[in-house]
Amino acid sequence: MSTFKFPDSIRSRPVYGTLEPRAGSAHLLIADAHGAEAILELAKSDPSLMATAHIIYIPKGEDHEDALRALNPAQFYAGPSYAAAQQRIRKALEDAKMGLQVYLTGTEGLMGQAQNEAMQAGIPHTAIQTEHRGSVARRMQCVHCKGITEDVATDPFVCSHCGLNLFVRDHYSRRLAAYQGVCIDAEDPGNVPEPKELYT
Amino acid sequence: MTIQFNDETFRDDYSFHNSERAIKRFPFPFHEDSYMYSVNMEQHQGGPADSIYEKRFDVDEHYVSEMRDRAMVLADDPLRCQSLPHMTLAGWDLLELIMVSKSEDYPDLFELHRDGDNWRWLNKPLGIDDSFVFLDETTLPYGPMEYITRQTQGDFCVLDQRDDNLWMDAGMITTQADWSLDFDLGMNFFEWHAPVPLAHEKGIFVRALKFLLNIQQGSPARRLNWTMTVNPLLDTSPENYHKWGIQKTTLTPENIGAKQHLRVELQTFFRLPRSNALVFPIRCYLCSFQDMMTMPKWGRRLHRVIRDLPEELATYKGFIDNRPMMLDYLSKFDDGQPTSPGIWPDFDTEPPLR
Repeated sequence: MSTFKFPDSIRSRPVYGTLEPRAGSAHLLIADAHGAEAILELAKSDPSLMATAHIIYIPKGEDHEDALRALNPAQFYAGPSYAAAQQRIRKALEDAKMGLQVYLTGTEGLMGQAQNEAMQAGIPHTAIQTEHRGSVARRMQCVHCKGITEDVATDPFVCSHCGLNLFVRDHYSRRLAAYQGVCIDAEDPGNVPEPKELYT
Repeated sequence: MTIQFNDETFRDDYSFHNSERAIKRFPFPFHEDSYMYSVNMEQHQGGPADSIYEKRFDVDEHYVSEMRDRAMVLADDPLRCQSLPHMTLAGWDLLELIMVSKSEDYPDLFELHRDGDNWRWLNKPLGIDDSFVFLDETTLPYGPMEYITRQTQGDFCVLDQRDDNLWMDAGMITTQADWSLDFDLGMNFFEWHAPVPLAHEKGIFVRALKFLLNIQQGSPARRLNWTMTVNPLLDTSPENYHKWGIQKTTLTPENIGAKQHLRVELQTFFRLPRSNALVFPIRCYLCSFQDMMTMPKWGRRLHRVIRDLPEELATYKGFIDNRPMMLDYLSKFDDGQPTSPGIWPDFDTEPPLR
């Protein structure tokens, strides 16, 4: 099963919903990995959506590309990474007309970054639908060196840039599309607990 | 009165010190012998003579050295000062508010001469004499918010007001109690306060926001907040926490009186006229335990507050590990006698330590 119920948390932590078809002039759907399953379900509940849909998909090793293609969206792109898809996402948002609906689904990192692009294009974050699917790993910013570490699955973890041992906070920035990582052993250097999988 | 500005540091050798006058006017934040969060707002319309409440923007003996420290922080990390593009007008509002207030409240230190939009600003303590065109960014060496807050003690959050919320869309933050402007920029009132324990459940932020949304021009408000800092370090930022965190472990029973500081924030709130933004200055005052103990009332009360503080708050404020040592020290200054209500030291009327 690709869904996960996140425990209640603090007010800055994003909350995700379930994608629902909405009336719109066009539909931009951005997904990674298991997010494809949410798109398939969305298309099932309203097949007419696909005639004006643009799907941007990052498989991340999952095998859903053919199923998405079979939905016959107006436009389809599968890319090797978010970074590779970013310019296309920007273009789609720049070219967008009134009435565009945005749907984001998959990992938090994917949804956060795509939401950020949509916000920069002038779409309020509250108007963007999101549904979490798949990995619960997080996109983390090291508050010390500002480096981003993608797909962090354990707490604590080692910053992939400066090498500090960081604990995983629930404090989240939409502007940076990242959670905050803070040095865990600043007051007792070397005293770093064994990393645990998130939510265990 | 003429202010003698200290030549002192807030890092490395920590030569920061408070004069007798500074101790007397230190904003001790506890009005009773216990503490819990509350929306402790009051009007910011002056206060007792020579108190930190008297002027709109208090200037004290630390002014020149604090501004030097701010410049060092900004040179290391320019992201401590940021302003989203729509906040420039609010920056001009803030520049005007501070220049007008300081030149009226401290005419011997600051002068503002205005001829239409052609302004001349003299800041004597910092040796600045600049002429510029109001609302024309090209005539200042920095953006308006950065320009004036490089010359004003305290951190500054400039909050946009929309959708019945306040948004942290600009700020100058170099003396913060462990929060990051770069991370929180663009967040709303509930989001940037998200990590604070207990207060959400008590409805504190809902009530505080209602109050703040209704602040009117010319009717600023204020409150005190506090935390603890080992050594008189202004830049207790999360960015540098991996460098300063270790200092918390250097306390000993012998040095705690000199090293442990109560860190008090005078938070004020002003509505800005053109942008309808709210500026939220957070002015940091530091006082060592040993200096505070010269006021018998504060000695008694600080012991009782720290002793009875809920564990979550001592953890959030970052001194849970040092609390036992603090209490060993503070208990010597608590003889069990009652204390007078209010924050003022009442030195002449409170009984000496028995």
